[in-house]
Amino acid sequence: MSSKYDVLVIGGGNAALCAAISARRGGASVLVLEGAPKFYRGGNTRHTRNMRCAHDAATEILTGPYTEEEFWEDLLRVTGGQTDEVLARHMIRESKDIQNWIVEQGVRWQPSLGGTLSLGRTNSFFLGGGRAMLNALYLTAERLGVEVAYDAEVTDLVIEDGMFLAARLKRPIRGETEIRATSLVAAAGGFEANIEWLKQYWGEAADNFLIRGTPYNRGSILKMLLDKGVQEVGDPTQCHAVAIDARAPKFDGGIITRHDSVVFGIVVNKHAQRFYDEGEDIWPKRYAIWGRLVAAQPDQIAYIIFDSTVVTSFMPTLFPPIAGQTVAELAGKLELDPAALEKTITDFNAAVRPGTFDHTILDDCVTEGITPQKTHWARRIETPPYLAYPVRPGITFTYLGTRVTKEARMLMADGKPSANMFAAGEIMAGNVLGKGYAAGMGMTIGSVFGRIAGREAAKHARN
Amino acid sequence: MHGTRILDEADRLMTVCNSCRYCEGLCAVFPAMEMRRAFSDGDLNYLANLCHGCGACYVDCQFSPPHEFNVNVPRTLAVARAESYAAYAWPRALSGAFARNGLVISLVAALSMAAFILGFAALNDCSVLFGVHTGPGAFYKLMPHNAMAVLFSAAFLYAVLALVMSVRAFWRDIGPPIGGKADGGSIFQAIRDAGELRYLHGGGVGCYNEDDKPTDRRKLFHHLTFYGFLLCFAATSVATLYHYFLGREAPYPWWDLPVVLGTLGGIGLIIGPIGLFVAKSRRDSALLDEQRYGMDVGFIAMLFLTGLTGMLLLLLRETAAMGPLLALHLGAVFALFITMPYGKFVHGIYRFAALVRYAQERRTAV
Repeated sequence: MSSKYDVLVIGGGNAALCAAISARRGGASVLVLEGAPKFYRGGNTRHTRNMRCAHDAATEILTGPYTEEEFWEDLLRVTGGQTDEVLARHMIRESKDIQNWIVEQGVRWQPSLGGTLSLGRTNSFFLGGGRAMLNALYLTAERLGVEVAYDAEVTDLVIEDGMFLAARLKRPIRGETEIRATSLVAAAGGFEANIEWLKQYWGEAADNFLIRGTPYNRGSILKMLLDKGVQEVGDPTQCHAVAIDARAPKFDGGIITRHDSVVFGIVVNKHAQRFYDEGEDIWPKRYAIWGRLVAAQPDQIAYIIFDSTVVTSFMPTLFPPIAGQTVAELAGKLELDPAALEKTITDFNAAVRPGTFDHTILDDCVTEGITPQKTHWARRIETPPYLAYPVRPGITFTYLGTRVTKEARMLMADGKPSANMFAAGEIMAGNVLGKGYAAGMGMTIGSVFGRIAGREAAKHARN
Repeated sequence: MHGTRILDEADRLMTVCNSCRYCEGLCAVFPAMEMRRAFSDGDLNYLANLCHGCGACYVDCQFSPPHEFNVNVPRTLAVARAESYAAYAWPRALSGAFARNGLVISLVAALSMAAFILGFAALNDCSVLFGVHTGPGAFYKLMPHNAMAVLFSAAFLYAVLALVMSVRAFWRDIGPPIGGKADGGSIFQAIRDAGELRYLHGGGVGCYNEDDKPTDRRKLFHHLTFYGFLLCFAATSVATLYHYFLGREAPYPWWDLPVVLGTLGGIGLIIGPIGLFVAKSRRDSALLDEQRYGMDVGFIAMLFLTGLTGMLLLLLRETAAMGPLLALHLGAVFALFITMPYGKFVHGIYRFAALVRYAQERRTAV
């Protein structure tokens, strides 16, 4: 068989499969190289559950309209303006159609999941979750005649003057160790699972990071591209990071290790000191800052502390809370200084002002006279058993990437567009997300730019 | 900690799933799980019996093996379900029948069919047993109608009693519905859900069996089997009414209602079980409760035997083979009846009860 394809897609997640399907539908021969074994195919898409798309009216599964302008304002707010406006607005416009296109590729939607009602208007949820979505995309791709190879680790890219020529493989695929193609779509994710690389920016602290997703996102393709003259985009220290249970596995713990209990209690570091306003804003708008906050604490560990009155106020957790009948007993189990924790909680309780608790709004339960202040949902922690979740930074994905045009074409360091190299998904998310995050955007970036990259790659190959 | 290891594992999985919830749109199990934060033995047995084993949550799960969280809900609930059959069996002394169920069912079937053949041979002259009998009352030349009626009514009533007692134990164990009470609407909803196998569909695409490609084959063959069984039951019921109220004795002509119902049902009971058996033998071993292979196949085989002997009897009832075939068919039906409370048949009863409970919870949750 021929080892030359019209389009070579490196990566196996949402962006890669959307690119492969769209290129194949554009008439190209397509090979997908997924570096992971079949079970782990799809990178972080396996752990996703929804996509944020603009829409002008409510749908069967979305409770109301979410206009392009509102999407743009949300993006502007979470990124603090660190976004490529042309690219971002283009993505938002395309997101309207991607919602239907992805259904044509076999993906099914459902209304927002229990416990995520705040996303019911803006985000479409995958029926069965991200792996179900992936399974549907793979079935469609294979039905269309896209070839897929697993355990297909790429060791080198042959690129000359911004022109992709071939990819070299660690193990031969159908007897070939070099795959040539007319166009390349790089959709191989970020580098969050590469602890050594993270250490370049975070130092030894990165040893204490947990990686929420696939261990296969080591950024090797990203590194090759940057080394071979593709223009870099994004702050390498920026990533999507949340506070997850410290007892989670090093990799691939996914959604179930997260904690939603911060607003119901206080968070202390290893010295039993509070360090940030736990009630700054409603949780869905704040959960993605806590990874960085914990990363900045000594030994990158913190403890969410609450009492027995709030245990049913948030989603059930995978790991049970650690419990103590007294604050001192709890401190002992957490290996914190009992006197310090007692003082922190006593001071906090003394600072709580009377108010009417309502976790669905920015209520008037505040503290006075302590630093940091807790500005909403502040209630005394006084009903045993006292409970705690240990948390560490959980890195979801990184933002450092390849700069692209709105055709998803990579830009070279000299500012010229590459002739035949395209990028989609996490590997170029930094174009849109300079920092911050709003739920479901990663999948929007993946699907929209995946579809565009596939289309453009096929167009180039067939010209 | 629960009474058994499988319930401990089911509890662990429900804790994992309850903190994820990606599968809540696939079937009834996950929404029912979400109504709870902790799981009693009864809760887990309820969820286990609510599960139809469509396999979608396994294929869709990012934590299924080889992931270290090792989440395999379909198999775990299949094992828990089978253990619940034994736990609720009435009388308790017979719960051991579930332990080596394939053997028990085969033995009972073989003994029952042998007993009918021996009985026919002992009580009938050879010329009668192998004679050609036609016209109304032909069957009763080999076994008097009253003897047949008494024997089968007794077997049937015993099965009903044992099933009622078993499901009562289950119903008590799963506790009151979360915030609701029984009403007719819930039962009607459960009849619809069971009748269309609403939850054997992987959330809409079909169920998973041998690989990650969904199909509706199991649903189709289950429909053939289930409705075939119901049609055969209806045929027998209509014939009983004919006999007692119209004074019309079997066998009936091919166009008469009992024969039409029985023929359609018989075809379903032949094709359906074959399809289910093929699906079972191809099923991904990861989803399969291999220890219960005998129970599953034993029940499928009983239904198939009942259908096959019934159809042969219909086709050959005007030949000398009628006598032996009648003995075999009656033997198969008798064995089917008396093993109903102690075999895979009970899955339908417990699942229906679980669907009623789920319908109650849904109605009160809204």
